[in-house]
Amino acid sequence: MAALIEIERLTKRFGGFTAVDDVSFTVDRGEVLGFLGPNGAGKSTTMRMLAGFMPPSAGTARICGADVVAQPVLAKRHLGFLPEGAPTYPEMTVEGFLGFAGRIRGFRGGALRERVAHAMHLTQIEGVRLQPIETLSKGFKRRVGLAQALLHDPPVLVLDEPTDGLDPNQKHEVRELIRRMAPEKAIVISTHILEEVGAVCSRAIIIAAGRVVVDAPPSVLEREGQSLEEVFRSLTLGAAAPRREAA
Amino acid sequence: MRSTLTVARRELAGYFATPVAYVFIVIFLVMAGALTFTMGNFFDRGQADLQPFFTFVPWLFLFLVPALTMRLWAEERRLGTIELLLTLPLAQWQAVLGKFLAAWVFCAIALALTVPIWITVNVLGDPDNGVILAGYLGCLLVAGAYLALGAAVSALTKNQVVAFVLAVALCFVFAAAGSPVVTEFLTQRLPVLADIARGLSISDRFTGFTRGVVGARDLVYFASFIGFFLFVNAVVLDHRKAD
Repeated sequence: MAALIEIERLTKRFGGFTAVDDVSFTVDRGEVLGFLGPNGAGKSTTMRMLAGFMPPSAGTARICGADVVAQPVLAKRHLGFLPEGAPTYPEMTVEGFLGFAGRIRGFRGGALRERVAHAMHLTQIEGVRLQPIETLSKGFKRRVGLAQALLHDPPVLVLDEPTDGLDPNQKHEVRELIRRMAPEKAIVISTHILEEVGAVCSRAIIIAAGRVVVDAPPSVLEREGQSLEEVFRSLTLGAAAPRREAA
Repeated sequence: MRSTLTVARRELAGYFATPVAYVFIVIFLVMAGALTFTMGNFFDRGQADLQPFFTFVPWLFLFLVPALTMRLWAEERRLGTIELLLTLPLAQWQAVLGKFLAAWVFCAIALALTVPIWITVNVLGDPDNGVILAGYLGCLLVAGAYLALGAAVSALTKNQVVAFVLAVALCFVFAAAGSPVVTEFLTQRLPVLADIARGLSISDRFTGFTRGVVGARDLVYFASFIGFFLFVNAVVLDHRKAD
């Protein structure tokens, strides 16, 4: 069977600026891919194209075999996506928001209630389920976004900085959650936190100036006698410096 | 269709979860009432109809509907929720239609709350309720046309003030296209354009409804007007959703 995520020569240009340049990789079931890179390297842009939000300038991506450009709705059905900054509708309650996402995904009645309850349980937000999201702390908001992505138990998870803004305990919980789900799914997480890669990822891709510069398991990267941080700095510093920040 | 309704339901609940709904409805009702009774000479006319009311409602919508639509997409962009909405498994047109329907139902609610005026004329005299019903239908269609136009403009920009001003200006163009000032000017200079202007005018079409005439051509006009701008909305959204 083909990999759950297939990215083929994906490219995104904004005017004359190439944010993502000919990126290809695949992610199989059971893999947790850490997507690393300096700010503006093209991480979020790649994830947005994979999630079907931005149309690629060239190349394509497939989720469970469904092309994100040609069959967007089908591809999105198999995908749980946490956008950058975990956006949510501030005036809605946690339960209302998750109910909305669930209804769009076709759940109704008892099945919907069960899904929402399960997602809240996984992300430990049951205690605030009736609160408007705007009244919640940053950590809770992020977990509401995560609950939305997990709601339908998708085979493919794309999480843009899932642990940003969480305290160390919550970070630990989310990493545990990702590790628990890993065998069943193909997961891509982007992060700035290098220790996270060692903790949860089975494979790391470092992207700089829109290009993939490394694709290897974290253990291999570290084994070359350097810490992950040194590897990251040496690979991305030269490449990224002259580029301007991607929007 | 179910996704469309789910989006519409969420949107509509959103209006009532924020002060937007209450401010809009209160201002609309106060203005509609005040204008009808003062400038419209509701009592002095000595006629049992809602003519004065129907004269002012489209002009109120001209300012209030863009206030409603300016945040439609601009707000989603500002919050980043557009990225969430458009990565859920629904087609783009479903999101566009859902948002439009919610705003339209909201306008219908505001209109429905003007029923006391209608009761008043029925108490005071013996009006032709068919004409009044046609007038209400006309108001609703005008609101729909302004909404579709305003929503498309909102998709163009992240800035709510720009969205509001542009939407008011464009709505005004369509409202004023049929006014005597414009058509007389055009008849003298560019007779070809005068007919086109009159044909595109929202207020010209609306006048028929206030007389109690629900013409098939007018219905087709409003339906195609709304349809066209919803289509524009979807196209604009597709091209500019990320910026």
